[in-house]
Amino acid sequence: MIVLEIVSAVLLAAGALLVLSGSVGLVRFPDFYTRVHAAGITDSAGAALILLGLLAQGAGWATGVRLLIIMVFLAVTSPTAAHLLAHAARRDGVPVWHEGDPRR
Amino acid sequence: MIAAVMVALLVTMVVALVRAFAGPGLYNRILAINVFGTKTVLFVAVAGFLFGRPEFLDIGILYALVNFVAVVAVLRLTHHRDHVDENGEEVA
Repeated sequence: MIVLEIVSAVLLAAGALLVLSGSVGLVRFPDFYTRVHAAGITDSAGAALILLGLLAQGAGWATGVRLLIIMVFLAVTSPTAAHLLAHAARRDGVPVWHEGDPRR
Repeated sequence: MIAAVMVALLVTMVVALVRAFAGPGLYNRILAINVFGTKTVLFVAVAGFLFGRPEFLDIGILYALVNFVAVVAVLRLTHHRDHVDENGEEVA
């Protein structure tokens, strides 16, 4: 199954790239809300791509179903956690960064 | 390819830990720990495939559950002020 191997490698590489870009955003972005953006988006997309790449390795039904369970659960909880985090920070009065402000 | 994904996940976990130590403030740390937990789930899954033990995925499911519940539980304890305006000043 050379096709499945190529599909798996492409999905895994795309997922690793998204995960790394999320980590760059976590370091480089200037304030909390922009970091939520970087972490939230790349979390959900990178996790889904890596798990799909593992699924394409073809390891049987039991493993595949478990991978799908993890994927659905992360797809539900990761945006929820990001929203809760930003909402709690907004309610707690964390100020929004504007262009020209110092990094914080 | 799986080993390369593992290296990327490890780099991201180290970066998240650096952000958790550097802060600044409470919410940056919670965000970093949340990212660390998500990457741990992926790391467990990838490690299971790398070592030929896909049974590790059960641990990944459990860790995903615990991570989400922990973040929500910590956030329940962080509300101090309810009404703030654009600059973060308290209104009423």
